[in-house]
Amino acid sequence: MISIKNVSKWYGEFQVLTDCTTEVTKGEVVVVCGPSGSGKSTLIKCVNALEPFQKGDIVVDGTSIADPKTDLPKLRSRVGMVFQHFELFPHLSITENLTIAQMKVLGRSKEEATDKGLKLLDRVGLKAHAHKYPGQLSGGQQQRVAIARALAMDPIVMLFDEPTSALDPEMVNEVLDVMVQLAQEGMTMMCVTHEMGFARKVANRVIFMDRGQIVEDCHKEEFFGNVDARSDRAKQFLAKILQH
Amino acid sequence: MDYNWDWGVFFKSTGIGQEIYLDWFVSGLGWTIAVALIGWLIALFLGSVLGVLRTVPNRWLSGLATAYVELFRNVPLLVQLFIWYFLIPDLLPEPIEMWFKQDLNPATSAYLSVVVCLGLFTAARVCEQVRTGIQALPKGQAAAAYALGFKLPQIYSQILLPQAFRIIIPPLTSEFLNIFKNSSVASLIGLMELLAQTKQTAEFTANLFEAFTLATIIYFTLNMSLMLLMRWVEKKVAVPGLISVGGK
Repeated sequence: MISIKNVSKWYGEFQVLTDCTTEVTKGEVVVVCGPSGSGKSTLIKCVNALEPFQKGDIVVDGTSIADPKTDLPKLRSRVGMVFQHFELFPHLSITENLTIAQMKVLGRSKEEATDKGLKLLDRVGLKAHAHKYPGQLSGGQQQRVAIARALAMDPIVMLFDEPTSALDPEMVNEVLDVMVQLAQEGMTMMCVTHEMGFARKVANRVIFMDRGQIVEDCHKEEFFGNVDARSDRAKQFLAKILQH
Repeated sequence: MDYNWDWGVFFKSTGIGQEIYLDWFVSGLGWTIAVALIGWLIALFLGSVLGVLRTVPNRWLSGLATAYVELFRNVPLLVQLFIWYFLIPDLLPEPIEMWFKQDLNPATSAYLSVVVCLGLFTAARVCEQVRTGIQALPKGQAAAAYALGFKLPQIYSQILLPQAFRIIIPPLTSEFLNIFKNSSVASLIGLMELLAQTKQTAEFTANLFEAFTLATIIYFTLNMSLMLLMRWVEKKVAVPGLISVGGK
């Protein structure tokens, strides 16, 4: 589904990604973790070409991102993305947030888009808030709407960029619950997150990044179960975040 | 100060037909509004386009818009007006030059010059406000729109501009009032707008104080009304939970 091949990226002189290679197959849930500044958000943003990269290629469902002939808007419309700061459109109601891209990008009718949007809103447990504006919802609620907005496009894969990092602790679970449910339904997911509980529960694989490189890329059982076999950097990281 | 105020002066005959001096003020106000409103339409449209261009990911387009802003905002308004009125017509092809200088009614040619001048001058200022409005939005807004598959023109029209314009209504209101006040420069190229009529009344009647007091009241009332109108617009387009209105 997603094939990342030898991707390198520089900001001027500074190299943020170094020769990153990995695969995400259909139905797989991959968690990307690592210290801040390790390039994990940058890597996931390369997958839907929100960030350009200078070397290598990423192929999403047979479409090459590096190919200049690729219709990027079209590709992006098939890849759902959830952001750390939700990024709902604050001037539009919740319903409009859920329908605008369906109508303007996919060309669906208003009825069809609204029907689909409200169904998904119901699924994330927020049907009663359809008429409200993003500013009137809590962070956790906004993030659930953002997930519904991405799902409304019928994505072939969902990318999550630290979806719970900007949330109050008590709102983290309501978002994770939605993500767990999605994973269990077989959605292909690539999640940058520090929620190791989530990783343990639903991830198939865990990728650990440090200084722009993929240091670990292994199955969940291997990653959490056989800590001794991990690299020193991953051990340090795990020791810190699993301490509590 | 020993001055005999005579407010009745505005109702005295000007000696031209049935006209009283108040009619001059009404006519002057009409020209002031005609100059400012049409100039504003030009400024708002062109300024918005330029403001967008300053933020697009294309060095040539944003450079072009930047050059425009620097040119129009660093030359005094009055100098620009004289250039538009006295110099530009001479640079145009001869038929157009002749049309502008001879066929057109002098009031119309002055009107055209001042409308273009004020429109282009104010566009530079509107441009900067539109640009800052767009740049004030979180970067993630454009990213989210890209991620949903929107194309750049849609991102501006659907996502960025509706938010940016809401943010910049207060500074845009100042600019809107400025164009009404700046329209008074038209009196220097002979357009009989409010200030020119005020000066003329003062000269004809020697009631300098009354004439300028009335002009002050008219400008003040006009601008206060416009400000209240904009305040109303701001409330009208306010989004719950987005930005506070009028300092509330």
